[in-house]
Amino acid sequence: MYGWTGKILRVNLSARSVSVEDLCPEIAEKYLGARGLGTKILYDELEPGVDPLGPDNKIIFATGPLTGTAATSAGRYNVVTKSPLTGFIAASNSGGYFPAEMKYAGFDAIIVEGVAEEPVYIWVHNGKAEIRSAKHVWGKNTAETTDILVSETDPDAKVACIGPAGEKLVLFACVVNDKGRAAGRSGVGAVMGSKNLKAIVVRGTGDVKVADPAKFREAVLAAFKKIKEAPVTSQGLPTYGTAVLVNVINQHGAFPTRNFQTGVFEGAEKISGETLAATLLVRKRACFGCPIACGRPSVVKSGKYKGEGEGPEYETIWALGATCGVDNLEAVTKANYLCNELGLDPITMGSTIACAMELYEKGYLPKNATDIPLVFGDADAVVEATRRTGYREGIGDLLAKGSYRLAAEFGHPELSMSAKKQEYPAYDPRGVKGIGLNYATSNRGGCHVRGYTISPEILGVPEKIDPLSKDGKAAWVKAFQDVTALVDSVGMCLFTTFALGASDVVSMLEPATGMPFSTEKATLAGERIWNLERLFNLREGLTKEDDTLAPRLLNEPMPEGPAAGQVVELADMLADYYAARGWSEDGKPSAETLDRLGIAV
Amino acid sequence: MEKVLLVEHEKCTACRICELVCSAKHAGSFNPAKARITVATFLEDNFFFPLTCQHCEEPLCQDVCPTGAISRHPETAAVVIDDAKCIGCRMCQAACPFGAIAYSPSEDKVVKCDLCGGEPECVLFCPWDAIKYVQADDAALRRRKAVGEKLKKALQEVKL
Repeated sequence: MYGWTGKILRVNLSARSVSVEDLCPEIAEKYLGARGLGTKILYDELEPGVDPLGPDNKIIFATGPLTGTAATSAGRYNVVTKSPLTGFIAASNSGGYFPAEMKYAGFDAIIVEGVAEEPVYIWVHNGKAEIRSAKHVWGKNTAETTDILVSETDPDAKVACIGPAGEKLVLFACVVNDKGRAAGRSGVGAVMGSKNLKAIVVRGTGDVKVADPAKFREAVLAAFKKIKEAPVTSQGLPTYGTAVLVNVINQHGAFPTRNFQTGVFEGAEKISGETLAATLLVRKRACFGCPIACGRPSVVKSGKYKGEGEGPEYETIWALGATCGVDNLEAVTKANYLCNELGLDPITMGSTIACAMELYEKGYLPKNATDIPLVFGDADAVVEATRRTGYREGIGDLLAKGSYRLAAEFGHPELSMSAKKQEYPAYDPRGVKGIGLNYATSNRGGCHVRGYTISPEILGVPEKIDPLSKDGKAAWVKAFQDVTALVDSVGMCLFTTFALGASDVVSMLEPATGMPFSTEKATLAGERIWNLERLFNLREGLTKEDDTLAPRLLNEPMPEGPAAGQVVELADMLADYYAARGWSEDGKPSAETLDRLGIAV
Repeated sequence: MEKVLLVEHEKCTACRICELVCSAKHAGSFNPAKARITVATFLEDNFFFPLTCQHCEEPLCQDVCPTGAISRHPETAAVVIDDAKCIGCRMCQAACPFGAIAYSPSEDKVVKCDLCGGEPECVLFCPWDAIKYVQADDAALRRRKAVGEKLKKALQEVKL
């Protein structure tokens, strides 16, 4: 095959067996790779109702057909599994160097099944794989683990691993690759931990070939040019990283503050991308094969928050900053380093601390239930709560369940800012309506990178639409969700969509794979992937009632700022959305829709 | 006038696109292991440096080649290998102080940067102009100015 390696590695940890299978070309054409391929495998192989942290769950590491080629920003993979946080599908995306190296090592996907008796890691090199003991790195953080495993395999090996949080089954533990890049959301790291799987280490010197090198080269050159011309990808992201958004979103009154009690943060300037660039930023760094380079190596040179690493990026600045009422950039950066080292999703971490702070301040979380006072604005509390969560010490053991379970335990689930038990990211949908519909319908729960309508609603890409209107948002959300599923599944970065459209993806995908793809066919693949994720969730018991938002966003008007007085008119948008998707009124894909998408159930 | 590759490592982001397009052009596949250029990447120190053949004025590889397979290209001034004359002894690989020559098992020959016949692919694709192909005399001058600029900044910081 071209683009794909055509090989899938299957590792059964219970049987301690490894085997290599061929990738079926028909499945590749329909589900592409990465997120789509992982979803297809999970849907076909997982029994409904399995315990996400039990031996019957599977975890799939999958690259796309463009991963490892020179296609723009195509250095990515997805980690797909059943989420312990939501109980629904998890597909967490990451870049760095690991994904391309996995492809050079010979595999489009690695399927891990069963549970190892003792801690292990999987060493994958040039088409071969072995299961090795990881007892000596169990308990170590992600940076230490990476260094040790590189030293005992190959100096050019790349590592994806979990930290103490994943080992201790924190429900939002992430998988960290290349030390500072994470498949961050939905607790995919806890699934690794439940399998006693500390890491996957890859190294390869194999080829990734494309079908029509000359045509592919022309398409990549054209895409590069567009990346270098679009303001967001040529200036905003390279100069300030994603944190360029702090001031932008705050000015729109949609920067969730103190657990979404308002959308305007008085301390935004102090934690902005501009401030980050002027103070802690070392230089910009790219993931493999990426001309954008939004990565932010940073350093806090002295003081109690001393440290160095990657980030923080926008979501992290918000989660460990604004929504906890914290405007101390060094503290936010320190808490972010802890998330990277311990293996925690910073979005859920911060939002869970914010939820705990509101519970604490309102008296719902008794003072004797926590070993640190949780008060909005207390930077030290955020840093310490993050550390304790990674090790499940004290209050950290409660926070390790995420905000929904925490708030429910103390009788106020409505104070969890989550959809399907996964926390929202850094946009208050009362000020950006389309993203609210996206949060409510996202197959992995609260998430911005399933359908990033911030792009048209705030940034004006590909055209500017009114963020406060509910009209027409269903069509935008559907279109963004489908194209995103396409981009994720070919192995490209979502950030390329600030400059490129589906036709640009196809212009590279077609000569890479040698398969005929039109823009329509490729977008349809995205829609197919979206619907298969939905079918997975329906099979796990999802109902229309799960497609909702926290009561605060639906009923409490935004108190101030440009979005003052606004709530999310979800019911109207949701009905439009189901219709646009060809789903029934209770949110199930109709027989005609499944037929149109070529999904056999 | 002779042109040379000018590397400004401060601009490099370690994206390794140069390795990808180099291997595609010379070996027909995307495979950093086959690239004639490698970004020496020290992530901890945030130091990234694209390394390839320096096309030395007095190439040691040429001196040690027993068959006279290595010569300077008359138009591009690149130090190039004549595959027809090469016997694959790899003395050049041993002699090169930069590790810029390698025996490629899959291609079954000794390979190195040939400046792509005067249109280097890495230069075309580098997103940040960290690798440029410039007049040789300009190269030194520009590099000195860049270093001077850094020195100026450092001195200004010391004064603060």
